[in-house]
Amino acid sequence: MHKYYLNHLQELESEAIFVIREVAAQFDKPAILFSGGKDSIVVTHLARKAFWPAKIPMPLIHIDTGHNFPETMVFRDNLVKELGVQLIVGSVEESIKKGRVKEETGLNASRNALQITTLLDTIEQHKIDAAIGGARRDEEKARAKERFFSHRDDFGQWDPKNQRPELWNIFNGRKQMGEHFRVFPISNWTEMDVWNYITQQNIPIPPLYFAHQREVVYRDNTWLPVSEFLSLREGESVEKRLIRFRTLGDITITGGIESDADSLEKIVAEVAAVRSTERGNRGDDKRSETSMEDRKKLGYF
Amino acid sequence: MELLRFTTAGSVDDGKSTLIGRLLYDSKSIFEDQLAAVQLSSERKGLQHVDLSLLTDGLRAEREQGITIDVAYRYFATPKRKFIIADTPGHIQYTRNMVTGASTANLALILVDARKGIVEQTCRHSFIASLLKIPHLIVCINKMDLADYSETTFNEIVEAYTEFASKLDVTDIRYIPISALNGDNVVNRSENMPWYQGATLLNTLETIHIGSDYNHIDGRFPVQTIIRPHSDEHHDYRGYAGRVAGGIFRPGDQVTVLPSGLSSKIKSIDTFNGALTEAFPPMSVSITLEDDIDVSRGDMIVKQNNQPHVSQDIDMMLCWLNNKPMQPGAKYYLRHTSREVRSMIKEVVYKIDINTLQRITDESSTDIKMNDITRVRLRTTQPIMLDAYRKNRNTGSVILIDEATNETVAAGMIVD
Repeated sequence: MHKYYLNHLQELESEAIFVIREVAAQFDKPAILFSGGKDSIVVTHLARKAFWPAKIPMPLIHIDTGHNFPETMVFRDNLVKELGVQLIVGSVEESIKKGRVKEETGLNASRNALQITTLLDTIEQHKIDAAIGGARRDEEKARAKERFFSHRDDFGQWDPKNQRPELWNIFNGRKQMGEHFRVFPISNWTEMDVWNYITQQNIPIPPLYFAHQREVVYRDNTWLPVSEFLSLREGESVEKRLIRFRTLGDITITGGIESDADSLEKIVAEVAAVRSTERGNRGDDKRSETSMEDRKKLGYF
Repeated sequence: MELLRFTTAGSVDDGKSTLIGRLLYDSKSIFEDQLAAVQLSSERKGLQHVDLSLLTDGLRAEREQGITIDVAYRYFATPKRKFIIADTPGHIQYTRNMVTGASTANLALILVDARKGIVEQTCRHSFIASLLKIPHLIVCINKMDLADYSETTFNEIVEAYTEFASKLDVTDIRYIPISALNGDNVVNRSENMPWYQGATLLNTLETIHIGSDYNHIDGRFPVQTIIRPHSDEHHDYRGYAGRVAGGIFRPGDQVTVLPSGLSSKIKSIDTFNGALTEAFPPMSVSITLEDDIDVSRGDMIVKQNNQPHVSQDIDMMLCWLNNKPMQPGAKYYLRHTSREVRSMIKEVVYKIDINTLQRITDESSTDIKMNDITRVRLRTTQPIMLDAYRKNRNTGSVILIDEATNETVAAGMIVD
């Protein structure tokens, strides 16, 4: 093998660090969108590497739906303390109280779509001009069309049919007043790459990703966690199962899978063998064939 | 495991979707729920077969119109390599999308229908691959099942392509007879073509040598940003952050900062995981210098004894990407590595007829519209550090940005 060569994870890491540094250089008030999920944890880890030995020169933004896994919140607060960065919390609860959005009602009610307003309000309030996210092109078909530097108009909207071409590694972050960018440094990573990277770098992640005993309800082919927000329907019952979560979103829409993978090595092996996509257990993507695109156009992550 | 980025180009019915579908499917990169969703969509549309293009034709407009609007990126891996496919549509804005997809590719797959042989489209794809200096070309002669798996047919096409390719600047071209539909020579060896002794497509993709695709000779380090921790522990630390664009840097190297021309010596090459003894493309690192000299974003750290050409006049091949034609006399922002300057197109030397590869020099050549490829001369307000694109794709490429709309309107490749 050639001496001067990077393996695929090193190359993806180098690409992501390059993109994150471009954001710091091209924008006045960038931020990292932090959900507490593995992808945003990896992005935050990469940002730490990009600016070492300096601290990450931008805040983390968490859009808090109020429907969180308690484990995610503990993890978030510890990480922020360790990194010494500012945390900005945008609260969906507040948006509801202020009358900016209306809570969904009905059987499948969730606060997923409400996050869009809260996110855009938070971006505007803090004059954020670039929001870095952990979206990957392999996770959803609308995301497969995303640029690294994704332009948003002054309403925060994405126009997928009219995106700027992106050539070589030259990123064009020019914009008018009021517009902003979403930037996705791990666009080219797959779920497998993320897990391999977490394992290789030994990056701490919330315990929810590991197999654990939990009270769950079987609904729509997935195991929904029991929480104060879950109401049982007819014929449903609470069971105790050994499960883990492949992705983390709101507690109301994130389904778990039955698994005994209680270590990173076992998770990597499980992901390699699994035959369905990680977002297959996400209620938010199942609403229609283009539900991700529709939400993204409005300003979703 | 290495990463190989390749681009696929093809016209409507050449079997490109089928080929990609087969690569993804046979490498187990399509998940059951994705396949089930695509099956359902295909049935709903009344299709007889499973339309694999629905996998990544993800936008509503694309699904409604059954066309691919934009470059789609797909991912798969084998135990040997990880692959990123930039799949470019053949219908509209063709050149623009292929140029975009080709700009980051190590390899291009060109599909030829065995029954039709080399057509105009093939020539266009190949020309763009050569213009963008994709180091490796694989010509897949597809639909061999419909050409009786004939060795003669294959040889005729290879001969015709070889003659055409002599006009291009590509050194590594390989030919593989395949049937994407039946899988011949895609992942598994074909039993129908015992006369073909070469490797299968997947085997070629897994083993083709890409380690020399980067320039390891001419040291080039464009500075992205400056790292200054202002902490007690790293009080005087001043690191120049960037990604090595060419050559190999080591502590102790004599370097020059351009365009200022100030010189120093590399003190250390730092990363989060520790200091390095060598940095090479495409590593992201931070460089510290022995002397406290003025260095900022847009500057380039180069080896003292091997410097790029510093100039305000640039000759380049330009591909126009925007609906709005080039405005004569207009100024555009020019981005080259981390440097941005203003620029003006002073002269259009010629335009290329992409079908015949002829140079057009009459009055019509100065009228530059979307998808046009031209040779131009630019003047910039500040000097930039030039390498020929053929020597280094990182330091030989530029984009032009419209000052009014901020859109990326053109891609340029520097000619020496």
